[in-house]
Amino acid sequence: MDDFYRDYILDHYRNPRNFGHLENPDVVAEDTNPLCGDRIRMELLVDANGTVADVRFFGKGCAISQASASMLTETVKGRPLADVARLTKEAVLENVGIGISPTRLKCAMLGLKVLKTAAVGKLASWPDED
Amino acid sequence: MRACVADDASKLARIVDDFPILRERTVRNRRLVYLDSAATSQKPQCVIDALVTYYSTYNANIHRGVYEIAARATDAFEDARSKVARFVNANPRELVWTRNTTEAINLVAHSWGGANIKPGDVILVTQLEHHSNLVPWQELAAKTGARLAYIPVDDRGLHVLDDLDDLLDGVKLVALSHVSNTLGTIAPLDAIVPRAHAAGAVVLVDGAQAAPNMPVDVKALDVDFYAFSGHKMCAPTGIGALYGKRALLEAMPPFLTGGDMIRTVTYEGATYNDLPWKFEAGTSNIAGAIGFGAAVEYLSQIGMEWVREHERSLARYAFERLRELEPRGLVVYGPRDPDLVADVISFNYADIHPHDLASILDGEGVCIRAGHHCTMPLMEKMGWPATARASFYIYNTKQDVDALIDALGKAAAIFKIDRAGAAGALGG
Ligand SMILES: Cc1ncc(COP(=O)(O)O)c(C=O)c1O
Repeated sequence: MDDFYRDYILDHYRNPRNFGHLENPDVVAEDTNPLCGDRIRMELLVDANGTVADVRFFGKGCAISQASASMLTETVKGRPLADVARLTKEAVLENVGIGISPTRLKCAMLGLKVLKTAAVGKLASWPDED
Repeated sequence: MRACVADDASKLARIVDDFPILRERTVRNRRLVYLDSAATSQKPQCVIDALVTYYSTYNANIHRGVYEIAARATDAFEDARSKVARFVNANPRELVWTRNTTEAINLVAHSWGGANIKPGDVILVTQLEHHSNLVPWQELAAKTGARLAYIPVDDRGLHVLDDLDDLLDGVKLVALSHVSNTLGTIAPLDAIVPRAHAAGAVVLVDGAQAAPNMPVDVKALDVDFYAFSGHKMCAPTGIGALYGKRALLEAMPPFLTGGDMIRTVTYEGATYNDLPWKFEAGTSNIAGAIGFGAAVEYLSQIGMEWVREHERSLARYAFERLRELEPRGLVVYGPRDPDLVADVISFNYADIHPHDLASILDGEGVCIRAGHHCTMPLMEKMGWPATARASFYIYNTKQDVDALIDALGKAAAIFKIDRAGAAGALGG
């Protein structure tokens, strides 16, 4: 577990990227990890091509949940929303690297869960809007 | 069964030796530094032996068996009740087995509460209650149209009694914890109980964190109900107890109904058993009760005054050692006074989230708890997102406190905490 807290993890924890709120997000999702109270909110701006034009996350919690959410925002910016909806756990593990213990995996996956909820919700709502 | 305690200078070493999990190198070949006894305590060999002996030599259902081992099991079960009752100075008739504190409180909320709480009544609790002593009253209030009011606590987590008499006006029930599981605060029961009674209220005390850690005398405290859990005081999980004053218990309707709690049943209806069996529907946790009896016998041999003194001196030492880290951003919450707290110390370290802290400490073989400790409203009031909590018990030593401090040093190194760390403290 000790080797999990590498410099870039601490950097994302202390200087989260894309942190805050969007003025007019197209889609918003939020969730908490009831076990430890970690909270993450994801806000997406989606352009006409269905690409994630901008993203913000907001939340509080442990270094694992916050750093992995921060890194995920970098992963998805400029990517098609359909790709975001199909992201898997591997994407998070690629970002955060090895060393995470099974008991803390939930913390790492919270950002992904919220992001996918946002993306899937948005995709599902498209037909109605057309 | 081996005798558990010797009364000599090496008492503490002997106590540690009574706990197999602490004797062995159980976690990653390290000695376990267990600082989470407020969640559940470790179990001494004599309690484990009591379970094994029951299951391997006289396992039988209780109360109606005519054969020898059934009689033995019944005797052991009721003997355990007497031991646990004596441990808190109660009459065995007034001691009902439950699964745990939570079930004991729910028993009172449903049975006594259902019969006595009316629309407009007030139930008074405190701001630092465990969810177990809060949610049942919220539910009862919602169901009956009663209202919940709160005895406030100050920034140090101490009860504020200035407006107590006003708060007590029209109160039917006061429900409060004897010791806070988040801050360790010992409630001033001697100041609250007489005034609550003078106002005509019934008093329920959640003793989950007190019964394991200090002498408890329900008669001297003059409380009406006292709830506690075996698993936090050396007994197995799944067994707890509710003490209730006889007149109150007699007047209460049963909580759960079915076998064991009846005297006679006809197709038309049933009459109920005597106390305490009226409240013990279905087959009880026989082994658990027997284990609970062995546990309080063990604790009584150690002496609850000794337990309290031991924890007081550990708390004093821990406060001292933690203070060394304050310049680097360590913050201790609660009264921070060994005379005012029992078994727990809550803290945060600079901007390290308590879950990260607990993970790193785990790597050093040190077990602490991190989170809201089932007191979410208190955390919200205090503005703490979460805290780390170390809790002590009979088997903890100053070396355990040192191990905690060393592990915190490791966490500080990993998180690169220096004096600047103080600036970014998490909360409080
Ligand atoms: C103060 C307090 N009350 C109630 C409880 C609930 O105990 P149990 O889970 O054994 O019912 C606890 C245990 O965490 C506690 O610390």
